[in-house]
Amino acid sequence: MNAENKELQMKEETKELLKIVSDFDGTEFKGAYNIREDGGCAGRKSTENITIESKEDKPGINIHVKPGTKGENVFIPACITHSGVDDLVYNDFYIGEGADVTVIAGCGVHTITEEESRHNGIHRFFIEKNARVRYVEKHIGTGATKANRFIDPETDAYLAEGSYLEMDTTQIQGVEKTVRKTRAKLDAGAKLVIREKLMTADDDTAETDFVVELNGEDCGADVVSRSVARGNSRQSFRARLIGNTRCTGHSECDAIIADHGSVLSVPELEAYSEDAALIHEAAIGKIAGEQIMKLQTLGLTEEEAEAKIIEGFLR
Amino acid sequence: MLELENLSWTTEDGTEVLKNVSLQIPDGKVVVITGPNGSGKTSLAKLIAGIYEPTSGRIVLNGEDITEMGITERARRGISYAFQQPVRFKGLTVSDLIALSSKDNLSRPDMCDVLVKVGLCATDYIDREVDSTLSGGEIKRIEIASVISRHSVLTVFDEPEAGIDLWSFTNLIDVFRDMQKNLNGSLIIISHQERIIDIADELVVITDGEITACGPKDEIMPSLMDGKGCRKMCEMPREGIF
Ligand SMILES: Nc1ncnc2c1ncn2[C@@H]1O[C@H](COP(=O)(O)OP(=O)(O)OP(=O)(O)O)[C@@H](O)[C@H]1O
Ligand SMILES: [Mg+2]
Repeated sequence: MNAENKELQMKEETKELLKIVSDFDGTEFKGAYNIREDGGCAGRKSTENITIESKEDKPGINIHVKPGTKGENVFIPACITHSGVDDLVYNDFYIGEGADVTVIAGCGVHTITEEESRHNGIHRFFIEKNARVRYVEKHIGTGATKANRFIDPETDAYLAEGSYLEMDTTQIQGVEKTVRKTRAKLDAGAKLVIREKLMTADDDTAETDFVVELNGEDCGADVVSRSVARGNSRQSFRARLIGNTRCTGHSECDAIIADHGSVLSVPELEAYSEDAALIHEAAIGKIAGEQIMKLQTLGLTEEEAEAKIIEGFLR
Repeated sequence: MLELENLSWTTEDGTEVLKNVSLQIPDGKVVVITGPNGSGKTSLAKLIAGIYEPTSGRIVLNGEDITEMGITERARRGISYAFQQPVRFKGLTVSDLIALSSKDNLSRPDMCDVLVKVGLCATDYIDREVDSTLSGGEIKRIEIASVISRHSVLTVFDEPEAGIDLWSFTNLIDVFRDMQKNLNGSLIIISHQERIIDIADELVVITDGEITACGPKDEIMPSLMDGKGCRKMCEMPREGIF
């Protein structure tokens, strides 16, 4: 086990990326943190209640949050600052009973050539009884307009009785290819809330795939994706909700298509109990003409109106 | 002054909705347009705002021909339109909308004042999204608020009373009376409501796509109540109707 702290020492590019993906103020993180930079560690700090240690068998960290810890933050961003990096990391979160914490993840990839760079983060959450986690994740690619930046996150979450996980994920720029897989298993009374925001442009592709097993009585999942597909980009949204008992499940794909983008929404609802209440909603289309016209009557140009509508939609 | 000269508008499927409409709206006046459902009032408003393009005719604002201008340019010249059916937006809040319409000239307390004017408890609404969770009356009032914060030269309200409860309606009348006192241009209100017609300096009746009556309210009202048109008053095209 390696739980010692490491002083924050990172590249300027990393600092810039962290300002975007984890609201870094340029000086310090308020809470426990582990900063991953080009596959290495650029800083780590544990706190009294939150311990971060390296894994011994593979790249990555284990994060332990003591039972009852309230209102603390954990920052675990990962940054890639140049082309040719292929980063794979396994992060496991153990959230003790009754804890209530916020995890700020996020990944920034900065490249200036067309050579590939990839970050593949595999996260597992073990959330104990009545614990609450808010997971906030922003993904961004910066640098050359034509590049090959890939971010492929995988998340497995185990929600014990009465626990709560909210995942707010955002990727709005500069990632050419993303494949996002999220799987969750819920015990009695657990709640999972997912808010995904996605914008793709040019020839980007984005796939998101959710599988939620609703196993315990009165558990519930609410999976909502809002996305904008511009240029020639392609997106696919799959949400599979499996209701094995009395539970509620809602999945929603709300997409705006601009230019020649395309969106595929594939809902899968499986109910193995007559008390499982599962709903899927999907709406895909271009921005409504009357929305643009309304903003034009307030003095905005068509382009300004479109930008405002998208900005609001993805906020 | 806004001048409409022989305006006609035909829908894509060939229905002639407005036929040779000519009208002058002088500055300093409140003009109420009324008439049966489907007679073309909203279509006329949308022609004025640039949302629809006329099939023939001219629109002149303060001497400038704006017939070919788009919505944005007209808005920038001081035309405002409060939609009969307000548009909803996922993600934009009431304060976003008012900030856009006032060009960021209103502070938060000022925005709250505007909301209070239209009968909304500002703190409850200012951060609400202008989406489908708002009730019909709520979104209507937010629409009105977004338009009055523009202080335009020419404002068109399209059935502002629709969906508004009686108590707030009195508030709304006050808003219009207030605007009437401080007009820096003119105000057009499309309405079926007697109490709004009451505010009018001039009244225009549209029936089946044509102006069938127009003139000072006191002259038009009696025949309107009789259910008679008064085509004789409006032999069009006619200069200086008012
Ligand atoms: N975009 C359109 N395409 C086709 N028909 C239209 C369009 N807009 C309006 N119309 C038709 O034109 C006619 C006039 O409509 P308009 O909305 O102007 O009436 P209105 O006088 O405002 O009625 P109301 O009092 O019910 O609001 C109606 O028959 C309507 O169906
Ligand atoms: Mg109408």
